[in-house]
Amino acid sequence: MSHILSLIKKELRELLTPATILPIVIVALLFASLGGLTGGAVEDALTAPPKIAMVNMDDGDFSQIYLDVLADFDDPLVFYSSEESDIEAALAEMKAEGAMATIVIGSDYSSTIENGSRANITIYWNMVGAGMFSSMSTAPVDMMIINVSTQTTHKLIESGMPGEDSGIITSPISYESTTFLGDKELVGVGPAEVSAFLQGQSFMMPLLIMIVIVMLGGIIISSMGQEKENKTLETLLTLPVSRTTIVSGKLIGSAIVGLIFAGVYMLGMNYYMEGLMSMAQDMELAELKLGITETAIVGLMVALAILCALGLCMILGAFAKNYKAAQSLTIPISFLAVIPFFVVMFTDFVNLPLMAQVVLFIIPFTHPMMAMNNMIMGNYELVYYGIAYLVAFNLATVMVTVRLYKSDILLTGLATTLSGGPLGRLMRKR
Amino acid sequence: MDALVVRDFHKSYGKHVGVDGISFNVKHGEIFGLIGPNGAGKTTTLRVLSTLLTVTSGDLVVYGKSVVKEPNEVRRIISYLPEDAGAYKNLTGRQYLDFIASFFANGEDRRKMVVRGIEISGLNERIDSKVDTYSKGMTRRLLISRAIMTNPRFAILDEVTSGLDVVNASEIRQIIKEMARSGVTILLSSHNMFEVEHLCDRVALINKGKIVAEGTPSDLKRRYNTTNLEDVFTKVVKG
Ligand SMILES: Nc1ncnc2c1ncn2[C@@H]1O[C@H](COP(=O)(O)OP(=O)(O)OP(=O)(O)O)[C@@H](O)[C@H]1O
Ligand SMILES: [Mg+2]
Repeated sequence: MSHILSLIKKELRELLTPATILPIVIVALLFASLGGLTGGAVEDALTAPPKIAMVNMDDGDFSQIYLDVLADFDDPLVFYSSEESDIEAALAEMKAEGAMATIVIGSDYSSTIENGSRANITIYWNMVGAGMFSSMSTAPVDMMIINVSTQTTHKLIESGMPGEDSGIITSPISYESTTFLGDKELVGVGPAEVSAFLQGQSFMMPLLIMIVIVMLGGIIISSMGQEKENKTLETLLTLPVSRTTIVSGKLIGSAIVGLIFAGVYMLGMNYYMEGLMSMAQDMELAELKLGITETAIVGLMVALAILCALGLCMILGAFAKNYKAAQSLTIPISFLAVIPFFVVMFTDFVNLPLMAQVVLFIIPFTHPMMAMNNMIMGNYELVYYGIAYLVAFNLATVMVTVRLYKSDILLTGLATTLSGGPLGRLMRKR
Repeated sequence: MDALVVRDFHKSYGKHVGVDGISFNVKHGEIFGLIGPNGAGKTTTLRVLSTLLTVTSGDLVVYGKSVVKEPNEVRRIISYLPEDAGAYKNLTGRQYLDFIASFFANGEDRRKMVVRGIEISGLNERIDSKVDTYSKGMTRRLLISRAIMTNPRFAILDEVTSGLDVVNASEIRQIIKEMARSGVTILLSSHNMFEVEHLCDRVALINKGKIVAEGTPSDLKRRYNTTNLEDVFTKVVKG
């Protein structure tokens, strides 16, 4: 019995080191903050009151129902007019106010319903993001239309003028959609369709980036760990080359591996993308396809992000005393890749609170992941800032890495180096 | 001319002192031995000299180049054999030697360097097996040949023959002697007093990070009135 106890004790002491505990703590903290982030986005989407602009050219009873339904909310109309010539103004106001939609009701609306036909309205949707929950921002308006439709049915039955067609009585309203996405106007397409298409297109790229970064991180950090475990590092560092050359050699070597990875995945993805693209050709969504310039920009950002990942791995790898420590060090890198992936998938950068935006912006992998959507939305500024940030980040990591390679940390580990430095003195004072 | 000048060199690992202020000189073409008990500071000195670690204070100057100010220059002059080094497991012995040679020579010179390395290694046909399949002694010979084949001006060898059998060790000692005769300066550490006595022109005995005795082996034996270095070692360390 005491044998197994001492074995268990030894195992725990080997496994529960700061190097293994820290990543887990980080992961837990990340989960907590991630939950807050996406949870908030979903809740907002579902409970927000409808905020709309309206052009109502009908002076009959039935269009009044819209106003009655809206009256239940606190000031939901950002614009109201009964003049057809005001539609442009209504759309402008909708965008300026960040309203969800503009509802346009024709002058024959009430008479059409009274005649036992189905009345048609036009809804201009203002899509403010491209994430999975962005289409949800239309939910309050959808709910409102359903509400109006139900009340219209009641009114029809109560007033004893039901037409012959029961289908029309239970569903007296239909609508046509036009969606505004960034600076694009997509006639005849609803937000749900746009969202579905964008997801197909913008889901794969972040997924690809995430997979490549996670795998690459593992490889680089482990290779650093192995150099130490196999005792090849000392020889390498005494060869007649500068530290910068060694760091660059490692970076470029692993970058090639990373690009090969990315290439292989891209090849597989190509097939999937082709299917999507042909779908876009059939629909009014063709406008959402990325052009050559945009594709090149995304490619550049992916390459820069891979370099950032490598730089981070080199820095973390410097602290990996051996293979085991190296493996737990890959966890933070993986999480840096997973967080923006989920955020980009579920919600949208522009819709997030400032704090979350700052955090996401700092994570370099966010930028290529959201580049596609940003360009579709016309947010080129965010794309260019992203590229600038990625370049700066890369320069910084190379500088830090070279410094680390010049210090003792590589060979003596973090604890020894720190205990002599200002940080170590600080910690000892506690 | 002095090949190496060590001036009041200190090295601390955090608050732990590894080397506590040592000074010595090594002359050109000399074989200089560092001896001392475990944890005395031998490896620390050799690592700092090889530019792997930074000094805490003081300086080490190799052929006029300071490890503090010109580490890149120092690396061009030296060749360092760590006390327990390894080689890349996925390479064959030949590939490993060629990898190292590529940093020191080109074309025909590089090819000749590898041929010389293979000769020193004594691995014969096993030179084309993966390093992964080598025994401890075989790996050690590969690494020794790597350190020697590059014709360094200054070779730093930490426990050079540790792990080698009697025959292999004596062969390597022979090679080291020849190197010194051809003008290479050698600084080595060893726990084998027989080896030190036969190989080294001069010896420094380090204890607890300080040099406690220095001189030729015969000097030291005379001074401590013994017949071999082992007794000198014991007397000095045990006080
Ligand atoms: N990475 C390290 N972190 C902290 N202390 C270290 C480190 N490396 C060496 N030391 C300390 O420095 C001192 C000198 O060690 P060093 O390795 O130079 O001894 P040595 O003379 O080579 O011993 P040996 O004969 O056992 O190889 C020892 O007290 C050791 O504990
Ligand atoms: Mg040692």
